[in-house]
Amino acid sequence: MITIDMRRMLRWGMTAGGVMTFTAAVGMLEAFEDRLLIYPVLSLGYLLLLWFVPVAGYQSSNVAVLEGMEAPPRGLHNVIAGAVTGLVGGVVLALFAIVINAFDLRDVFVPFSLKLVGLLTYGLGVPEGLPYAVLAPAALGLVGGLMHLLPASVRRRVILAVEWVVVVALLEQVFSQILRQIRLEVVADRVFTLKALEWWAALAVAALVAAVAERTRGGFGRMRERLFAGDPRQRTRNSAWMAVLVLVFLIIIPQLLGSLLSEVLANVGLFLLMGLGLNIVVGLAGMLDLGYVAFFAVGAYTVGVLTSPLSPRFTLEWSWWAALPVAILTSALAGLLVGTPVIRMRGDYLAIVTLGFGEIVRILFLSDWLSTTFGGAQGVQNIPGIPLGFTEVSGVGPEGVLYFALFFVLLAAWISWSLQESRIGRAWTALREDETVAAAMGINIVRAKLNAFIVGAILAGFAGALFAAKLGSVFPSSFELLVSIIILVVVIVGGMGNIPGVAVGAVVLIGVLGGPNLPGLLAEFAEFKLLIYGALLVFMMLRKPEGLVPSVRRSRELHADELTQDAWLDKSGTLAEAPGGGRGAG
Amino acid sequence: MVMLDIHNLHKSFGGVEALAGVNLHIAQGEIVSVIGPNGAGKTSFFNVVTGFYPPDSGEILFEGESIVGLESSRITEAGIARTFQNVRLFLNMTVLENVMVAQHCRTRAGAFHAILRTPFLRREEAEIRARAEEILSFFGTRLVGYRFDQPALSLSYANRRRLEIARAMASEPKLLLLDEPVAGMNPRETAELTGLIRKLRDERGFTVVIIEHDMRVVRDVSDRVIVLDHGVKIAEGSYDEVSSDEAVIEAYLGRPAEVG
Repeated sequence: MITIDMRRMLRWGMTAGGVMTFTAAVGMLEAFEDRLLIYPVLSLGYLLLLWFVPVAGYQSSNVAVLEGMEAPPRGLHNVIAGAVTGLVGGVVLALFAIVINAFDLRDVFVPFSLKLVGLLTYGLGVPEGLPYAVLAPAALGLVGGLMHLLPASVRRRVILAVEWVVVVALLEQVFSQILRQIRLEVVADRVFTLKALEWWAALAVAALVAAVAERTRGGFGRMRERLFAGDPRQRTRNSAWMAVLVLVFLIIIPQLLGSLLSEVLANVGLFLLMGLGLNIVVGLAGMLDLGYVAFFAVGAYTVGVLTSPLSPRFTLEWSWWAALPVAILTSALAGLLVGTPVIRMRGDYLAIVTLGFGEIVRILFLSDWLSTTFGGAQGVQNIPGIPLGFTEVSGVGPEGVLYFALFFVLLAAWISWSLQESRIGRAWTALREDETVAAAMGINIVRAKLNAFIVGAILAGFAGALFAAKLGSVFPSSFELLVSIIILVVVIVGGMGNIPGVAVGAVVLIGVLGGPNLPGLLAEFAEFKLLIYGALLVFMMLRKPEGLVPSVRRSRELHADELTQDAWLDKSGTLAEAPGGGRGAG
Repeated sequence: MVMLDIHNLHKSFGGVEALAGVNLHIAQGEIVSVIGPNGAGKTSFFNVVTGFYPPDSGEILFEGESIVGLESSRITEAGIARTFQNVRLFLNMTVLENVMVAQHCRTRAGAFHAILRTPFLRREEAEIRARAEEILSFFGTRLVGYRFDQPALSLSYANRRRLEIARAMASEPKLLLLDEPVAGMNPRETAELTGLIRKLRDERGFTVVIIEHDMRVVRDVSDRVIVLDHGVKIAEGSYDEVSSDEAVIEAYLGRPAEVG
């Protein structure tokens, strides 16, 4: 039975219209109109404006197919639904264009310029361009609807190819850099024009991706299964080999990337280091710490004061290596000092109090009172790099910093993993599950919590020490609340309580989007970074609250109802007989 | 030998006196049931003994030493472990982890050993695991094998109760406090657990105090029965003595209406 669900189309159409209007209204269209992605047809601005329309066009007639039920027939109605959805979205956008054309709202909304009207009407202005403003989304909605007519496997490949084209065009910098580094400048120059993919190159990339997908046919998934199935002995050996491979890859990669990208990766390393620390506090022990940046600041300032020849009070000029143990000690002490009074608090109260402590630490470093030691707003400058005998690691050579960060990240990952897999880690988990019962089972709550706080603080102190040497100076403004929040977002988006998850989160957020005051690969987005962070966080909370790479335990928590259902089915024997068997834990 | 000795224990919440001067003792190797109508103060008694909240006044001596005012983790360390009326497992941890984590206060390896993966740590971890598996095998085949690595939340209600007892056993207590261990179980499971409670004392050497509403269980396991009502002990003795006690019958059924 085919019904055309008018309300559904309207809803998706309005959503698409809303997304487009919002993108245009916050100025993204205007800001990225010059940044071409595919030469000469598509700019980043228009991609951001229109990308959601085909998705909505597809979704508006997408019916979930239930296992064992007959799939509803696909046909013209899907295409019509897509087109109508796009049309509704287009009308919304056209209305928006009319409004900003008719009224001058620039005093309040700076991006609402006549230039924006021009962009929305494809250069033709109101009213001549309005049909195009309506019809372009309608056509894209139609394309989305058409996707229903393709067989599922083809559809997946088309989507994959489009995704790859966008990724390659967006990360032009990385790809052309790698091509140049392996002496294929000729290719780089031919493929990329004005930072954009040539249209024929885009087609080539799409064809290549589709061909590779066709050849492997899920081969990667099978390979992964083969690697991680089988007897534990074999599995351990395979994992060890994988680790070696990854390590070799990480050692080679700075050579391939050149200094600009190594700089980005070094920042990823710094935030990953902090993310691993915060993951212990929040992900394992379950204490929401919003003042985490304080420990980072303490580590950085300790190194700054001890090593810099321009340090306001002391002129010790220690080597970085001598200052590092002191930095670890002071950050551990800071963890103890902050931890002790807040240890009795739970949940939201803890979050608020730690937030306050984080700000107090920053304001202390900024204050006149301590400016004779920490330099107030000027901070501490001329911090030397890390002497290594034959060379010195500092911000001038980001490759060195990257190797260093990498080393410390591996160390931190080992520390978190080994603590997690010990009685201390089990105590943290129990604490997070139920504090009262954990105490009744003989776990010393105060000590377990302080442990988590101190280990977290030490890892942040490490990151701070590295940060000071890398940047060559420390200012109070580097340690704002935003840093704490972004580390937390890294942990949440990546997957709380899971080390690979935190790594993925750091790469995606810090590497691609960029951290606070730090450029990422998509440096263009700097202005809209926080907006994207927020959108991402909301999306994750709604769709994938366990993070990109979830820990088993965490997804259990968030999908407990499904699991209990499975267990019930399992007990009644239904699931065991069904093809494919049970879903298993997680 | 007296293991737990309680003198004149008081605890009130607002205007309600949950414990109004309780005096009792538990001897080593006994199985004692604490019974009484709802709101008699049974669970409050457990909560005060295990340090969940401090008593207003009174003395609690465990093996001759006062445990009043100690953190509940210290009390567990001293040798008292408990289960909960509304089962409180670590639901997202696996069955095995639940039992492993309860050995926390009997094991020593610290951060140093954990990070360096010393032989001491490896040996201790292996022991913790072996002990957990051994304790779970106390319940027959219900919690072993593939169950080890299942999350506790996938267990049935009766198995959750069993796992909670296993977790309490893992902290190596001398005194085991079981709060309504058979609540919500069917008659067969109840009978089975009744046998296990006896085995807890006979084979494992725990002294056991249980709070229970199922009178058959109370009759079958108890050496001695203590009856609480309105926060005071109203009767004490063997099951037969207590069950014919006027005060007890009155507490459960109420005073017969005065005629005339």
